[in-house]
Amino acid sequence: MEIPKALRYSREHEWVAVEDGIATVGITDYAQEQLGDVVYVELPEVGSQVTKDEPFGVVESVKAVSDVYAPVSGTVTEANGPLADSPEVVNDDPYGDAWMIRVELNDPDELEDLMSAAEYKTFVEEEQGED
Amino acid sequence: MPKRTPLYDLHRALGARMVEFGGWDMPVQYEGILAEHRAVRTQAGLFDLSHMGEIEISGSRVLEVCQALLVTDVARVQVGQAQYSVLCNEQGGCIDDVVVYRTAEERYLVCVNAANIDKDWQWMAEQNCQRATLRNLSDEYALLAVQGPRAAEIVQSLTAQDLSQLRRYRSLTGEVAGRGALIARTGYTGEDGFELFVAAADAEAVWSACFDAGQPHGLVPVGLGARDTLRLEAGMLLYGNDVDTETSPLEAGLQRLVHFGKKHFLGREALLRQQALGLKKQLIGLRMETTGVPRHGYALWHGGEAVGVVTSGTQSPTLGVGIALGYVPPALATLATEFEVEIRARRVPARVVALPFYRRKKE
Repeated sequence: MEIPKALRYSREHEWVAVEDGIATVGITDYAQEQLGDVVYVELPEVGSQVTKDEPFGVVESVKAVSDVYAPVSGTVTEANGPLADSPEVVNDDPYGDAWMIRVELNDPDELEDLMSAAEYKTFVEEEQGED
Repeated sequence: MPKRTPLYDLHRALGARMVEFGGWDMPVQYEGILAEHRAVRTQAGLFDLSHMGEIEISGSRVLEVCQALLVTDVARVQVGQAQYSVLCNEQGGCIDDVVVYRTAEERYLVCVNAANIDKDWQWMAEQNCQRATLRNLSDEYALLAVQGPRAAEIVQSLTAQDLSQLRRYRSLTGEVAGRGALIARTGYTGEDGFELFVAAADAEAVWSACFDAGQPHGLVPVGLGARDTLRLEAGMLLYGNDVDTETSPLEAGLQRLVHFGKKHFLGREALLRQQALGLKKQLIGLRMETTGVPRHGYALWHGGEAVGVVTSGTQSPTLGVGIALGYVPPALATLATEFEVEIRARRVPARVVALPFYRRKKE
């Protein structure tokens, strides 16, 4: 399971990378592994608002439908349109080509609530232990 | 605590993800549902179906009992043949859908759904009135399946029986990897393939032999996830989803099975009444017109009204489009009729298509 050091992580298994006040958001390697083969991705329109801890999109695997939660609040400046036609990229490259949205942050302080890579690793291990 | 098949440890060792299904702890996937699905369509897959139940009915009055229990004409089934059938209650609802194997002149083996073993057993015992001998062999038998275009080569390499003479829906008794087996050319995938009923104690040996013999042919272990997408593409029903006690075989598109020609079977009067008065609902196959994955429980709209429901749905791995089974009023159950599937408050267009969604190419 890959957990890049440079990213921040949410308890709903999204990752966040921040550059110049813009957050790029996707789901983690652990999340895609849990989902299984992804066959459908639904993302919000550019210009829409997303709210921290609320669903902004949907990922469907063969077996299940899962909401994707916004780890931060803000305005969507970009959505990864090509994912709709190639949802399998979520399994192949969750931290790269499968980024989902870019968000202009309303409140950079929200980033403080996210986990570091080390914290997220512990979080996932605890979650796995409960299975 | 869910039950475990004799192959539970092997599944764990193969890295399977386990889920509870019908009271059993079963592998849902190993490598991944899509890869497993593809392997069965193009090469071969190995399934543990030991959760399925086996009930043996035998004795001099066995045919009379089977004719009463099942909607099909069991008299047509010769020794060595198999028949897909339905167990109906007196209201015409489906207690289970089953495959009946005639294993001897006066002996039939009924393969039943895992979640229905106790229910079926009780129902059969009640209706039998001690006319035939009933044995619940569900714990004695393990059931493995080898399915896919390479299945015949693989199983042939493990048995002395000439499988080229074993046609679809036929079975024979023989040995596989040196262990006694009922070898049946049946399956739930839409591909050629075999189901192997073996003693529970032989399950591991036969599984391993199939696994090893299959490797050069691209065989992979397949979990319940791909089993579901395979059967749905093949237009086969899943008990509990697509058919249940509230559904009759006529509504479920299984009228071809129902043999009104016999004077008595359980559910006959109710089904005749249904046929005379008209059905309340009818099974259809739907294909999505745009992107969107239909799923169990989603509403079906037509003419601005919610008129039906999806009972099974998935993104078809082979066709690359959403497919579904569902129920709608019979007047709307005609080819090419347009519906909308309600997916998260959005209505996505779909169209009625003929079943199966996928049909293998015959050689």
